[in-house]
Parts: sequence; C-alpha cells; structure tokens
Amino acid sequence: MRVWRRTAGWSAALAAALTVAIVVSAGIGPVRIPPADVLKIVLNATVVPSGIEFGTWGTGALAVPRPGVAYRSPFTFPVADVHERIVLRIRLPRILLAALVGFALAAAGTVMQGFFRNPMADPSIIGVSSGAAVGAVGFIVFPVALSTTLTLPLVGAVDVGLSHGAGVSLFAFVGALLAAFGVYAIATRHGRTPVATLLLAGVAVQTFLGAVISYLQLRAGESLRRIVAWLMGHLQGAAWSEVAAVGAVVPPLFIMLLLYARDLNVLLLGEEEARGLGVAVERTKRLLLAASALITAAGVAFAGVIGFVGLIVPHMLRLVVGPDHRILLPTAALAGGTFLVAADTVARSGAAELPVGVVTAAVGAPFFVYLLTNREVHEL
Amino acid sequence: MSAEDPEPEPAREDVVTHDPEATDDSESAKSPPVTVDGLSVSFGDLDAVSAVDVTVERGSFVGLIGPNGAGKTTVLRAIKGTIDSDAGTVRLDGDPIAALSAREAGRRVASVPQDTGLSFDFRVRHVVEMGRTPHLGRFDGHDADDVAAVDEAMAAAGVARFGDRSVTEVSGGERQRVLLARALAQETPALVLDEPTASLDVNHAVAAMELVRGLVDDGRAAIAAIHDLDMAARYCDRVVLLVDGQVRAEGPPTDVLDADAVRRTFGAEAFVGRNPATGTPSVTAFPRSNAEPRRLHVVGTGLAAARVTGRLSAAGHDLSLGVVPEGDVAAVVGRDAGATVVTVPPFAGIDPEPRAAARELAAAAGAAVVVGDAHDTPGVADAADAADTVVEVPADVDAADILAAVPGGAEGSAVGSDAPGE
Repeated sequence: MRVWRRTAGWSAALAAALTVAIVVSAGIGPVRIPPADVLKIVLNATVVPSGIEFGTWGTGALAVPRPGVAYRSPFTFPVADVHERIVLRIRLPRILLAALVGFALAAAGTVMQGFFRNPMADPSIIGVSSGAAVGAVGFIVFPVALSTTLTLPLVGAVDVGLSHGAGVSLFAFVGALLAAFGVYAIATRHGRTPVATLLLAGVAVQTFLGAVISYLQLRAGESLRRIVAWLMGHLQGAAWSEVAAVGAVVPPLFIMLLLYARDLNVLLLGEEEARGLGVAVERTKRLLLAASALITAAGVAFAGVIGFVGLIVPHMLRLVVGPDHRILLPTAALAGGTFLVAADTVARSGAAELPVGVVTAAVGAPFFVYLLTNREVHEL
Repeated sequence: MSAEDPEPEPAREDVVTHDPEATDDSESAKSPPVTVDGLSVSFGDLDAVSAVDVTVERGSFVGLIGPNGAGKTTVLRAIKGTIDSDAGTVRLDGDPIAALSAREAGRRVASVPQDTGLSFDFRVRHVVEMGRTPHLGRFDGHDADDVAAVDEAMAAAGVARFGDRSVTEVSGGERQRVLLARALAQETPALVLDEPTASLDVNHAVAAMELVRGLVDDGRAAIAAIHDLDMAARYCDRVVLLVDGQVRAEGPPTDVLDADAVRRTFGAEAFVGRNPATGTPSVTAFPRSNAEPRRLHVVGTGLAAARVTGRLSAAGHDLSLGVVPEGDVAAVVGRDAGATVVTVPPFAGIDPEPRAAARELAAAAGAAVVVGDAHDTPGVADAADAADTVVEVPADVDAADILAAVPGGAEGSAVGSDAPGE
C-alpha cells in the first residue's frame, strides 16, 4: 500500500517531467516555437469521435460502402500553419519515438540488471543490439526489395510490401530476436538457464556479431555512412508509423514486466531463494528475457543502437527510489524516456546534427564514472 | 540397496515430547509436513546422497548432522525443491514436491539459508514481506492478513526494532534473524534451516535455536543441517547422521551421538560426555591418534583424572577407573566414557571391598595410569600396585602427552613406564 502510494507519486512526477520535456523539446529547433503554442497545436490535433460516416472500400466494381467513425477536434486555437506542420509532422513523431525508445531501453535495462544481479548489465547484454545491428546493416548492404506491385484482376495495381526504411527496421527487429534466442538456446541445458552462462553466451554472441558487423562495413562501400549513422543511434526522419509500431509493442510488454516486478525483487535474493519463496524461477526468467528482448528489439529496430540509456538510467533511479522494482521499474522507464528526449534535443539542436547515441554516451559515461566514484554504485 | 541402518517406521513418533494440544487435531491427522523417501541425487558421477529416508513430523525438530560433504545441504535442497532427484520422492504434506507448483511448495516449506546474496539495499521489512510471495497472486497487493503475518514474524524473530533499516546495514546475526523472520512470514508448516547458527555468536545462536524450538513446540516441523553437535543434541528431537550421502544412524541425540559414531563418521576421536549445564550430550573432538586400543586402569581423582580419562576414552581405550569418590568429576566422565568405575561414598574412608575391586580391575588392565599425586593418597594408590605396568602422568599433562605416555598409546611412541619428566 505504502509502496503503491510511493510508486504513484514518483511516477506522476516523472510523467509530468516527461511531458514538460516533450513540450519544451517540440519548441526547440531551427524554428523556435513557444511551449504554449506547442500545447495549442497538440490540442488542436486531438480529436474526438463525432459521428459515423460512410466511405468506400476498394475500387472499381468491388467498391463497397464502408462505415467509419468521423472525428473532429474540439479545439481550434489560432496558431501559425507552419508551426503546426513543423510540430506535428517533424518534431513530435521524433520526440515521441525518442520517449518510447528511451522508456523501452530503461525498462529493459532495469530488468536485465535485476535479472543478472549485475550492475553492468544493460538491454544489449543478451545480444539484442548486436543482432539488430547485423540485421539492419545486412539489409543496408544487401538490400532486398521488399515491395512489389501486384496487378490483381478487378482491383488493379496494388503496392504491397515495405519501404526501405521499414525493411531496415524489420530486419533489425528480426535480427535482435534471433540473436537473443540464440543466446538463450546456447545457455540453456536441460530446461535450466543459469544467468552466469547466459551472460557469457551473450558476450560470445556479441563478439561474433561484432565481427560480422565489421565485415559488413568493409563490404559496405557507398552505404557506409548510413551504417555508421544507424550504429550510433538515430532518430531523425521518424515517422508517425514508426511511433505507432513502437507504441503498439512497448506498453503491453512494459505492463507485463511491471506485473513481474515483485518476482524480480525476489530473484535478486538468488534463484534458489526465489524458488523457495514460490517463484517459478525458470518460467519467470524465460518470460522476463523474452519480454526484455522484445521491448529492446522494438526500440533498437527503429532507433539504432543507443547506448547508456539502459545502463545509466536504472542506476540513477535506484539511487533515488531504492532497489524495489515495483517503484524502480516505472520510474526508471519514465526517466529513460525523458533522458532520451533531452539527449535527442541536444543532438539535433546543435549546428550540425549529432547521432543521439553520441550524446547519450558522451553524457552518460562521465555521469556513470561520477556515480561509481561518489555514490557507491558498485552494487545494485 | 544401501548400507544404511534400518530406519524406524516413519509413523512411529519417536520423541514428541511436546504439548499435544499445541497442534491442531485435524492437522496432526494429516501426513507429515516433510517425508523424504529413498532420495538419491547425483552430480555427474558423484553420488551426493543415496537412498536417504527422513521424516519430519509436526512438533518435531530434526537435526541433520554429518561431516562436510555428507550431503546435508543436498537433502535440504531436495526438500526445498531446488534440486532434481535421481530417485526417490520428497513429499510435503503428503504430496510429491515434483507435482507441486513453486507457489504451492512455497506455502508448505520455508527455508532459512546459510548465506544469501542480500547485498541489495532492501529494507528489513521489505525482505520479510518477500516471505509472503507464495501467498500473493500476480495482481494482489498486501492485504491485512499479509501485514499481520509480517508483523508477527518480525516480532517473533526480534527484528521489528530495525524494520526500517537496510539489510545491508544490519549485523550478520541480525541478518540471520531477518531471514528467519522471512521464513516465518511464509507461514508454512515446515521449516528448513541450513546451518542456522553458523554465522551467529553464542548468544544469538542460542536465541535462534530457542526460537526454532519454540516454533516446533507450537506444532511446526523443522529440519536443520547443524555442524555444532552439542547444539543439535540440545535442541533436536531426533538427529539423522549422514555419511557419504547415506543415513548412518537416526534417532534421539543421546542414542545417535556416541564416541564410536563420531569416530567412525567424522574421523575424529571424540569424547561424548554430558554437558553439566544442559544435561544433553556434549561432543569433544580430538585429533586422530591411531592408538592401539588397550585395556587401561586410571587411578586418580578430580579434573586431572577426568581429563586423562576423557582423552584415553576418545582414543578408543577400554577403561576402568578407581577408586574415586562418588560424584567426583572423574567418576562422571568415566561413566560417560563407558568405563567401569569403582566409587566410594565421598568424605568417607575406603572400605576393603572397593579397594579390592579396584585392584582387580587394575590387575586385569594392561597398565595402570596414575594421574598427578594420586599415589600419595593411601587406599587409592594401591590399585596401581596390582597392575603389571604403571604409568605416571602429571596433573597438568598435555592432551597429546597423555596418549604418548600410555604403552603403545600413540603411533611410534616408546613404551614408557616412566612418567614424562615432572
């Protein structure tokens, strides 16, 4: 009860901070927009259902009437058209993607550190980031056409498939999951997955995939720049469709992780202890691993490898709220979103845009050293 | 199947010396909280335990004793369900543990680990609350029952006072009690303790054992791996002696803990006496001497003779003793050592009868060992005269020298009819 009050209080405060960061960030850029205008634009863009309308579905002879919900916006604040377009089309998707990815990475990092009982664990520890990188880089170097135009009878020409950008994300996502599953399979014997073995298998797989990435870079030629940009983490050019994709994956998985927060606390005592306290250890580990891998994969697939968010943010929050995952997990996730929004704002507000991974590492590493030397973060 | 000693029927309630009304009638009618039946566990080629049977009844405290590597912890882990057995079953309240979910098992048996990775900054109360885990559904918060159980457990284990401190800040003894409180909060019928007193000072060790004893008297079942044999003898209703993964002996501590068992199983020479303060068996171990067992007669009184008797008995010698005053510490130790003791009423003269008995025993012995200035005491010394060989040892003789002084006593020792220099 006391825990839930604390969780709610901290989460509300950090959610507010995230909102502020989003609004302020949306105003920052080559064109400065006051936060008040940003709010107005967002409010103008919110819609509520206003009625049923009928459209058509299909073309030609197959066209059928299709009922749909009509929306209207309750607000019509006067704002500059250009500002509205900048905020809604360019900045907001990017900022929201940053928030979601930061949220996902920090949540996965918190879970991994608790899971491995190792302060150096981060979301990439089970090979997710390397796998995503191999998938993405591989696709960039050897692009496969994923779209085609089908000419169907009656319907006519239909474009099916994915754009190149979506293809990179898809390959990254699949690569991440394959790598994570590979690490898990290597470390599992007779239905048991010792975390120490998992850690070492993760290192081995990451090293191997690192070699593959290096080789692909050698073969890259023209596309090397894009590879480097992807590898350093990038949020530019984020589209609403990407926000929607990540937004569909991250929240449900996060809720699942949250439901296992208590088990994660018990796992910190050691696996034998946890089993004695009624936690189905192997099943819980599998579930936590799968959820963390998925949530991380969703993040890195669209944003590339962004380091330090999943490592630093959980440590910061652990200092503030303590090791109880019921509080730590939501607060770290919200703080991770805020951190990445802020880092990306810095990355894009300079004279030349930096990859966001450079900013998170440049800010994160010294901060980590500070924590290490001054605040006794040698343990979880 | 194995060389284990025949085991008493599990149903036979060996030593339930406790208030029967403490246990709920319907509860006691059920199966025992813990039944281990033919348990075998191997790690690769190594058989950790084989064909072990242990039953822990309600209101019974069973101690697992045995040398390092005997398989005590393995048996406990099997009871906790954290290890897979190769053969045999562990039953909790009659149900095989393999058929129970982790949650269900966690509601039937709680464990106090020997050492735990509690290096996390959890508050003491939070650690105790974790004991409620098996009682909570995935969507449940702590309700009034949980809070009450936690409060009660913390009060019982004496940790309520520092409930808000971090577990990383409390002392080793306090931490052990926190873990005990966590196990209590689980509200299980059975408790498993692995070396519960290993890291505790003498005061906290006794307090922890008293607490467990009290819980057992209230109807719980407890099984503990215990290195401290005196502690096991003092608090356990039954002890199970494990050697090389097999049950070598089982029963009340006084039956199981004798010098012979300790020598055979621990490889140490031991004198098993009776702790004068508790009346329970007290084991004193000595290094192995490989002495050839002899028939010896000890002459002397008081602590010095008691010490010589204890050491010679531990080395495996067949002893007789006398004449000593009844109630003399040498007489007590002699009886604990299984020696034939000739006693006379204290503060009275020595009658010819006991004097003759002592002479007879001395004559039958290979040698008489005269301790300190016993030969100066009239009526005591003449027993020694009857022996073929007389060995004199000073009252403050070193434990190792006692054996060396006895003919053929310690390996390589010369026959010594002289006392080591006085």
